[in-house]
Parts: sequence; structure tokens; C-alpha cells
Amino acid sequence: MLPSSVEETQKALERYHYIADRGLSVAVFLALRLGRPLLLEGEPGVGKTEIVKVLAQVLSTRLIRLQCYEGLDINSAVYEWDYARQMLQIRLLEAVGERAQERIRQEVFGPDFLLKRPLLQALESQNGKPPVLLIDELDRADEEFEAFLLEFLSDWQITVPEVGTLKAEHPPVVVITSNRTREIHDALKRRCMYYWIDYPSFEKEYRIVREKVPGVPEKLAQQTVAFVQELRKQDLYKAPGVAETLDWAASLLALGQTELTLEAVEETLGALLKYQDDVLKARNQARDLLARAQAPTPL
Amino acid sequence: MTENLLSHVVGFARVLRREGIRVTPGQTAAFARALGEISIFDPASFYYAAQTTLVNRHEDLPRFSLVFQRYWKELGMERFPGELLQQAPAPPKKDPRAKPGEVGREPQPKGPGEAPPQPLVDRALTYAPTEVLRQKRFDQMSEAELEAARKLLYHMAWSPPLRRTRRLGAHGREKIDLRKSLRQALRYQGEMVRLAWQARKRKPRPIVALADVSGSMERYARMLLHFLYAFSLAQARRGARRVETFTFGTRLTRITRTFQKKSVDAALAEVGREVKDWSGGTRIGACLHSFNHTWAKRVLGQGAVVLIISDGWDQGEPELLAFEMERLQKSCHRLIWLNPLLGTPSYQPLTRGLVAALPYVDDFLPVHNITSLEKLVKTLEQLEV
Repeated sequence: MLPSSVEETQKALERYHYIADRGLSVAVFLALRLGRPLLLEGEPGVGKTEIVKVLAQVLSTRLIRLQCYEGLDINSAVYEWDYARQMLQIRLLEAVGERAQERIRQEVFGPDFLLKRPLLQALESQNGKPPVLLIDELDRADEEFEAFLLEFLSDWQITVPEVGTLKAEHPPVVVITSNRTREIHDALKRRCMYYWIDYPSFEKEYRIVREKVPGVPEKLAQQTVAFVQELRKQDLYKAPGVAETLDWAASLLALGQTELTLEAVEETLGALLKYQDDVLKARNQARDLLARAQAPTPL
Repeated sequence: MTENLLSHVVGFARVLRREGIRVTPGQTAAFARALGEISIFDPASFYYAAQTTLVNRHEDLPRFSLVFQRYWKELGMERFPGELLQQAPAPPKKDPRAKPGEVGREPQPKGPGEAPPQPLVDRALTYAPTEVLRQKRFDQMSEAELEAARKLLYHMAWSPPLRRTRRLGAHGREKIDLRKSLRQALRYQGEMVRLAWQARKRKPRPIVALADVSGSMERYARMLLHFLYAFSLAQARRGARRVETFTFGTRLTRITRTFQKKSVDAALAEVGREVKDWSGGTRIGACLHSFNHTWAKRVLGQGAVVLIISDGWDQGEPELLAFEMERLQKSCHRLIWLNPLLGTPSYQPLTRGLVAALPYVDDFLPVHNITSLEKLVKTLEQLEV
């Protein structure tokens, strides 16, 4: 069931523990209603991939994920023939005396020997429901793949020369994510709904931590989030994302902390920062940041 | 939808386009359709419906917010509360006092004496002046000679450095193409008579250039920007990405988009307006820091070659410069420092900045005349694949 309004979309996402901004809810709702792909950009770890998983749950349909990388080709993205079985089949037919070339060809290039990869799978509905297709980190794929995708997204069909054209009965719900290590081509962007996911505000991040790390004490959650929010204001090479905040809160919880102490911060910074220079910088300022994180919060 | 609202939708798209945000008719139509799906009396939904359908570039968001506010406010749609619009990112600050610069603008010849040289008819004579010109240092050239040198730049033969991609093509023998082999085998009763092969394709490497435009580089900067422009054009002609170009002095400015202009004069005039630190001081370390921080992840992918064009006069901390150089070298395929002063016979690279930076430089090359630029192009061409 597609949500019937922006509010409903927001609530549905929340039911599955995803706290979405108003803007993101509008973008998701419109992408669903208008049947357009949704392009999500933002710093790593702000929940781009996560929302797609949740979306599949909301729509109670399957999630098909295509992880992009350089050189991603038709064989891994769309379909491939099962060559080994084809060779065996040819030998088998030979053994029973089959000589007609056309017959062999038809047999060997039949649906039984076709290995379906994510994009081809995405054309198939189950129980009348199209799947959610996640094309993850498109910026890692090369321009050739992007060009192919452009065609796929406008026609919702794939031509396999030996079989014919396969068309989607219901187009899949498509979400594309990018970390911007490369600019996505304009032609592709124009077909998509676009949303930039920012780092969350204190209130939102606090809610996310409470939702996602069950059992975390209120005070610890507040201080953890306040500390991360302060840390993001520093000049770091890679600021911590929400994913890192969650890891950190879970680590502190596992260590049995009930509130943030300087000692605990220093021991667990590795869960939060992934570059040695950043860790050193944060360690130098830890006392200061902690003082600000411990100050009474607006909650 | 009412005719009235529709005409405003179209009008809004037109204003966005005028403000430099690329909006296609398809996107406008999507916006109009979106308005049928949401409650248009809810300001937040209205705002985000416009944003998600019409904008697809993060850097356009501030400008979009500004235009949105102006356009719908002017229509007396006071229903859009201020706090909604304040949530959107702040518009970029513009310095109203900034004067357009004069970079790259050809000085008009004042008298007949300074007119560009007439083409010579005698072939024996044309050769010699060109050869002399190629060897002459840019800072010693007259305006007429600079003009002629610029022409040479645009006629230079380029072939960008290549890298092996991970995509397979039909030329070469690295891996067996099973699909093709099998199809061929069918012709011979399933006998693999001949194997089909594939190999990894080659593609031009991305080039990133950081050009020093501080005071000490003034005599070279203009010419080198022409060089980068010509290089960028050549890259585009070869189907490669354009040269990602930045200038630095006291701050870093990205001029790649400006360089996409058709005419070099228009592009360079605009660079003059955008680059606020032209002929000022130099803080190379701080500029590299902001490059590493903001741009490195976006433009250094796929084995980029980085060119730093600077004489190395740095007023900043050498420790910072060394630190940022190390990081830069680790994130690109090859780091090349181009120094025009290397063309001076007795020159020794002893400035604090250069001493700090040189350990992290893969190649240290001169760029003081046409010949040295030609050598640079050769060096790039011969980088390992």
C-alpha cells in the first residue's frame, strides 16, 4: 500500500524506527506517487541506505540491492548465461544424437540457463507488488554504466538478444544513492527526485539514538549526542555520521557507562573517528568538548 | 490545477533558470504533477515538493531557497512562514564592492607598434621566430609575443595520460570472453575452436590543477591559465573529463565551471571576477587544507593526476604545508609541482615552503616557456598506465 499523504509517509517510516525530516518525507512520498527514481546524496553515514531498507518494509515488498563499483557490467548488473551448464547441455544433446544447430541454440539459450542479476530481478513483481530497487553508491560506477541505467530507468525493460525484450509489469521503486566522489551525469539527475540528507539536529539525533540503541540511559544518550554535535563543528577530515554515533553509544553501553566521562571518551573514540589525525585532534580537545556536552541541554 | 497556479509554476521555473539553476521542462512538469499530490496549503510540503522536483545539485540549494522566498513572497503568498525558509541553508554571501578583475583580458594594442606580428610569407623566416618564441621565458615576452605564444598553446598536440579501467573490452587478451566463445562454439557443434578474448579498457586519467595566482606569480599566472584552458578543451575533445581547475593565493577558488564557457576570453574575465585574491599573498598550506577537506574526495577519484603550479613562496606555516602535501600525495595517482622559476639558470628551490613540500612531490618540473609546457605534456603522456 502506498502512503496517501506526506504525514502518513513520515509516520510509516517512524513505525520502522526511521526518523525522517519533513523534506525527506515529501521527497519519498512524491517519488512513490509520481513513479520517479529518488536520488539521495549526503555525507557517508547519514542514513541513505537505511531509509531504503525501511521503505521496503513499509511497502512490505522485497529489497533488491545493486552495489556499484567501477567496471560494473551487464554480466553482474543485469544477467549472465550459465556457461558451464550450457557446455554440459551441448554435450548431452550431442550424446543423444541431436545435430540440428537451431534446436541446440534454442535449448541452450532458454530461460533455464539465464542467471538473473539485480536489474533483471527488479522487473519482476511478486504478488502484484514491484520490489524496491536500491542502486547504492552510483558514483562508484563508471559513465558507461550510468548511460545504461538511463535507458533502463526510462523504459523499464531489458533486451536479452537470445530471448527477447523483458518488460516490467509494474515499474520498481528505485532509490539511487551517491557519496559524490564523482558528479552524477545531469541527464540522469533530471529524471530523479533529489534530496540531500544533512546531519541531523540534536533533537533528531537524540531520538534516533533512543530508537536504535535500546537500553541506553537517557543521560548517556543526551551527552553522547551533544558530544558528537560539538565534534562535527570541529575541522575534521571526516566528521562522524549518525552510524558512528550509534556505534559509539552502543560501545559506551557495552562498557556499562551511565554517563560520559573523559576516560570513556578517550577509550572509545575509535568507534567515532576513523582517521588517526582526527582522533588526535579530538583527544586534545576532549576535555573541552566534554564540558560543553555535559552542559544542560535544551531537552 | 488552476490556470493561475500553473502559470506561476512555469514562471517560477523561468526565474530559477534566469538565476542559473538548470530546470528542464520535464522537471517543471514533475513539479506541477507533484502539486496535485500534496496539500498546497501546507507551506512545508509546498516548499519541499518544489525543491525535490526542481533542484538536483546540492550547491544550488541556497540559491533555490532565496529565489523561492522572493518569488512566492512577491505574489503576496504570506502564508509561507519565515521559520520554514530559515531552515533552508543561508544564501551565499556576495561582496558588492568586488570589482571585476582584468585577468586574461587582452590589452588592446595602443599603437601600430604593438599590433600582433603579421604572418610572414617567407617559410625559412617563419620557422626561426617560432623557435625563438618557444624558448623565451613568459615573463620576458612582449604583449605581441604573448599573443603569439597563446596561439601556439591552442595548436599543441595533446594526448592525456591513460589508466587501465576495470571495464572489459574486446581488444586485447587478458580474460576469456565466455559468452562470445560459446556462441562461436555453437557453429562448430559445441567445439571451442577459437576462444574470444577481452582486456581491460583504457581511459584518460582525470587531471586536477591548482594554480597559484598570488602576487609573485603574476607574470606567469595569466599564461598558465590559458594553458589550462587549452588543456581542458583538449581533454573534452578526447571524451575525457575536463581539467578540474582551482586557483589559490590566500584562499581556494574552484573555476572548473567557469572554464566550461565557450570563449576563453569570457571564461578568463569571469575568473577575474570570481577569484578575489588575485595578486595577493600566499597561504599554500591553508589552501591545500581546504582542497583536501572539501574537494579531494569529489575530484581525485579514478586515479587523478594533480598539478600544482606555484613558485612556492608561502607565508603560512611550513608544517601545515608538509602535512597537507603528504595527505594530497596519498590520495592521488601522481603529484606534479610546476615551478616557473625552475627555468632560471641559477635557481635553487630553497624557500621554506618548497623545502617543506618537495619530499611529497613526484615530479618537479619547469613551466616558464612553451618548450617546457610541451615537455610537461610529454611527461603526462608517458605516465604509466
